[in-house]
Amino acid sequence: VIGGPPGIDPPRIVVCIKQVPKAQELQVDPVTQTLKRVGVPSEINPPDANALELALALKDRSGAEVVVLSMGPTSFDESLERAIGMGADRAVLLTDRILGGSDTVPTAYALSETIQKIGGYDLILCGEETTDASTGHVGPGIAGHLDIPQITYVSDVRVAEGKIRARRTAEDGTEYWETGMPALCTVNFGCNKPRAPTLTGKIRVKRGGVLVHWSCADVGIDPKKVGLLNSPTIVAKVDTIKLPPRAGRLFTGDVKDAVRALLEALLGDGVIAP
Amino acid sequence: MTDGHVLEDKSHFRGVWVFLEARSGGLRDVSTQLIGEARRLADLRGMPLTGVLPGHGVDPLAEHAIGYGLDRVLVVDHPILDIYRSRPYATVMAQLIRRHKPEIVLFGASKNGRDLGGRLHAILETGLAADCVKFDIDGEGNLDMIRPSFGGKSLAHILCKKHRPQMASVRRNVFVAPPHRPDRTGEILHESIELSPADVDATLLEFQEFTNEEGLRPEEAAIVVCGGYGLGDAKHFAMLQDLADRLGGAVAASRKAVDSGWVPKMLQVGQTGMTVRPRLYIAIGVSGAVQHLAGMQESEKILVINLDAKASLFEIADYGIVGDLFEVVPELIRQLDELKPGGVASRGALAAEAR
Repeated sequence: VIGGPPGIDPPRIVVCIKQVPKAQELQVDPVTQTLKRVGVPSEINPPDANALELALALKDRSGAEVVVLSMGPTSFDESLERAIGMGADRAVLLTDRILGGSDTVPTAYALSETIQKIGGYDLILCGEETTDASTGHVGPGIAGHLDIPQITYVSDVRVAEGKIRARRTAEDGTEYWETGMPALCTVNFGCNKPRAPTLTGKIRVKRGGVLVHWSCADVGIDPKKVGLLNSPTIVAKVDTIKLPPRAGRLFTGDVKDAVRALLEALLGDGVIAP
Repeated sequence: MTDGHVLEDKSHFRGVWVFLEARSGGLRDVSTQLIGEARRLADLRGMPLTGVLPGHGVDPLAEHAIGYGLDRVLVVDHPILDIYRSRPYATVMAQLIRRHKPEIVLFGASKNGRDLGGRLHAILETGLAADCVKFDIDGEGNLDMIRPSFGGKSLAHILCKKHRPQMASVRRNVFVAPPHRPDRTGEILHESIELSPADVDATLLEFQEFTNEEGLRPEEAAIVVCGGYGLGDAKHFAMLQDLADRLGGAVAASRKAVDSGWVPKMLQVGQTGMTVRPRLYIAIGVSGAVQHLAGMQESEKILVINLDAKASLFEIADYGIVGDLFEVVPELIRQLDELKPGGVASRGALAAEAR
């Protein structure tokens, strides 16, 4: 019932990406203690870029159609176009006002429906988590919705004879898993170096016809299952963290003297043992 | 494969559950840490506290877990549950939750805990808050799930008002494990869940355990020496290791240092890495992006060494030296050696006497 017709040739890989504010650019306003978001440039969520690179490497190795999928406002086109520039074949943006405020439950549902609308798929790749919301729930949520195998936190995936082999990083070691297709993997942040867009890729974007926008109605998404009001969780309020007061003792002057004074303080406070 | 969207009366849901994650014959420490906090929540709600332990041959572990403060443990014993597998574990949890209707379910935010929670919340169509650092019960009896929002500089209060169970995950070392009382008694209930070989949709071919050659893990160390982008090159981490060795600590790294390929990802502290709360956190050449703070701001004491006096990490430092790390760190190592009995200084003195 679920998944695509088996044995699509070449295999189709759907990569789910999100556009996020550029992490390195984020600074805290020292006065208000809130994040300065205004004017912060966007990027493909870095773990998603690793997922995309993994898909493109699979395409290079043995051929695949790479479809990039995102859900969000039309400003996300920027990241989808970049993904095509990097070598993805086409992109789908699920964009609809009624999706606004969706938490991970409707998001996983809406993306699952859109993946099915794309048609058959052999492999779905997501980043391990986003750098903004940082839950890591959407990837496994999609696998749960589609009722397909999932392998999370992978740093490499190989496809052979209709099966997937994935290298998973657990806390205490490396696991090597094998599963059938279709399947979903979430990809470790930093496991590869995402390639830069190429000129050929940019020309494909310019020529057009590689990026489509779908609404919920286009996909057949139930409006009663998405959006803020249909999300199980709400953010009731946000508090600024009051960090415990820190001593903030600065040791200055000649390096020797500063280090000596520092060590005296650390020893005196019992932070390190003599 | 989901539960559909008909909401069941939430008054039918009672009790607090903790998912107990077994690993190499023991309980993951995040599971025992969770029991303490879950006990507090169960008492606030006046409800029993249940541990849920899927596995194979895990009765002794269930007995042991009770000692941390559980009232009962639901054990699902099946050969295919001998190791963590996404689908069978999600099937077991979903069926148990539908059968017993707990009000609150807590998971450790380990790799497996997140893998399970993410799949399960989509199947049950209920709320799951990731990486909570604090819990409360609000005026209406809802679980107030408090987690760092983007970058960790503020805390978001997440509520799941209409859906049950309310689910949340918690990272390792956020709560402190309660003392173990072997004399504590509790009930062990064996639950049967129908599982078939078809539930094993993925096979573990091989497991290579990380060797402990790299030494102490930052999460376990009382002193963490963290290197950032200011180190400039992978080779300079050797100097940090020298410092860590003298302090009995462990080396960690900022995301930018990991991104640069200088050290493995498993040493990364911060939002997309690990959370540490050592007695002393030494940040060297780390500017202190908000994502970094999220992983270390609970450290008891923070020492910052940075050339840039404006590095934001100085704002939360207990001790700071503004200076070139390539001068400060070697000097720190040298003076630490002098402090040690039989260190450079005393050896130097002996040598002088011998002359």
